[in-house]
Amino acid sequence: MPVLEQSSMQRASEPVSEILSGTQSPQTSTVEKPVAVEAVGLTKWFGSGDARTMAVRDVSFKACFGEMLYVVGPSGSGKTTMLSMISGILRPNSGTVSVKGIDLWKLSNNGLADFRLNTIGFVFQDYHLFPRLTTVENIAIPLILQRRSWGQAISEAARDLEIVGLKDRAQLPPVKLSGGEQQRVAIARAIVTRPQIMIFDEPTASLDGDTGRNIVGFVRKNILDEHRCIIIVTHDDRIFPFADRILKMEDGRLKGIEDGDSHEN
Amino acid sequence: MFGILKIGFKLLVNDRTKFFALLIGITFAVFLMIEMTSLFSGIMSRASATVINTGAKIWVMDPAVQTVANSIPLPDYVLDEVRSIPGVKYAVPIYTGAALVKLHSGMYQACNIVGLDDNSLLGRPQMIQGRIEDIFAENAFIAVEDSEYSKLENPKIGTEFELNDHRGVIVGTARVASSGLFGVPTLYTTYNRCLQYIPNSRFTVSYVLVEPKTPQDIPRIQKQVTAAGYVALTDDQFNAKISYFYKYKTGLGTNMLLMTLISFIIGLSISGQTFYTFILENIEKFGALKAIGAKSHELVGMILFQATFVALTGYGMGVGLCATIIWLAKLYLPDYAAMITFSNLGLAFIMVIIIAGLSSYVGVRKVLTIEPFDIFRG
Repeated sequence: MPVLEQSSMQRASEPVSEILSGTQSPQTSTVEKPVAVEAVGLTKWFGSGDARTMAVRDVSFKACFGEMLYVVGPSGSGKTTMLSMISGILRPNSGTVSVKGIDLWKLSNNGLADFRLNTIGFVFQDYHLFPRLTTVENIAIPLILQRRSWGQAISEAARDLEIVGLKDRAQLPPVKLSGGEQQRVAIARAIVTRPQIMIFDEPTASLDGDTGRNIVGFVRKNILDEHRCIIIVTHDDRIFPFADRILKMEDGRLKGIEDGDSHEN
Repeated sequence: MFGILKIGFKLLVNDRTKFFALLIGITFAVFLMIEMTSLFSGIMSRASATVINTGAKIWVMDPAVQTVANSIPLPDYVLDEVRSIPGVKYAVPIYTGAALVKLHSGMYQACNIVGLDDNSLLGRPQMIQGRIEDIFAENAFIAVEDSEYSKLENPKIGTEFELNDHRGVIVGTARVASSGLFGVPTLYTTYNRCLQYIPNSRFTVSYVLVEPKTPQDIPRIQKQVTAAGYVALTDDQFNAKISYFYKYKTGLGTNMLLMTLISFIIGLSISGQTFYTFILENIEKFGALKAIGAKSHELVGMILFQATFVALTGYGMGVGLCATIIWLAKLYLPDYAAMITFSNLGLAFIMVIIIAGLSSYVGVRKVLTIEPFDIFRG
């Protein structure tokens, strides 16, 4: 069994979810879960005139707390554009995004930055870790942006590094870590502010099959709880079994929503 | 903000290759800028040595005079005319000129001779050996112990030499604030002895030195001297005139200015290019920071801090390097004329701030234009 599972399993049962949210995380049915993100009529195009390209067309959906929602589709289907719009990064041409009942795109630029910092945890496809900082310093960055003192931020980051099973890698630069370890560092950076919504962009794209499944399984087991909504953009069907629901996109349109197989795992 | 600056600091110094490239670029740019301007300051100081060492408040001269070394004799009645101007406390003549001295060994040596007013000895040097009163002794001269002193074969009190078939005797040695520009030793004697020993136009004086009763009298004295067809300059004005001559009439200043500008451009190029590469390498990370929730002004602050840190560190190292090199050079080359002044340091500091500003401007522009969406899009 890879290191991830070994280490995560040691703390997986109850302490981690308690550390993250302070509560236990019972699985509840999707129907009863409160809405975390609601997108209505999201439309986005790039360019103008003949060069105009429709990236997302009239997409509406809801993502709930306590669920792991996948957004899948072929390249160019608008997954990433849609993800950017619901996370306060890319302004839609029309439509609304409500997060916990707040109309996201009515916030100012600074308001959006604060929203992203305090409400959303990002895990980027290429991780985007600073190679000149140590692992623990990389994880501490969001806390430092939240104006936490350096010592406190490092201390909290070290705690989350332990959650992802990399306690002994704290002082190493990310370049000294394997791809799976870097992914876990990126996850630790995403959870360090205790965000209610987490967004993963192609989390398994750079990982082999086993490591990818372990990572997503780890996230499902240790990060997801009733106070958190996890949205994953992927086209890796090997990790579909971990999804609660799957949004299928094609040519910028929502082609359908399916229940995932997570309850079978 | 401290934490964000600390991240910036670590990003900067942990990238050792670029950090040292930046430091070396700025350090050498500062070194060259200060070295060039210090050389110029040193030369200017030496060119004005007689003015500085004499310490007179006002100098009366022919309007065509451009440097103190190239005096144009004034009719001696100018001295009486100046003395009669209201507001003049006293006015005395001074002689400055070159002469050839035959040393005790028989060797000839060009010297700068300063003849002090017999009554007041205005502008006398600070004695090291002997007494200033001994300047009135027969054939008495005082040698200045500066970097050129050895060219007089290190004379002691009592050492004799010849000046235009006249016997000269060293009665003391002295120090002055600044040595001359042309690498010749300086001898002090009385004004009247200069007239006797050194061929000169009859009934003339080199300069008239004036002490005003009050600083408010200076403009009136200058006006009246000008009305008489001559020029009265304060010591600062005379120094500025000499400086102007060397800057713009000899090409010396232009060359120095060009070298300073080239140093500035080299520093700017190295630092700008390295800093830009540094930003480019981290641009996706800055975009990721924006996506996470960093505000633009925080990233700008981080980049400005990095640029300022490098600039100030490079500035300090450049100043230190320059001071060390000048100190070492003066140990082995007594005539080395470089002199670091506050103006030089200030000028280099302004240039370093411009270098840091322009370098960070390029980086800031790049960081401000990166959109977090670009990070997702890949």
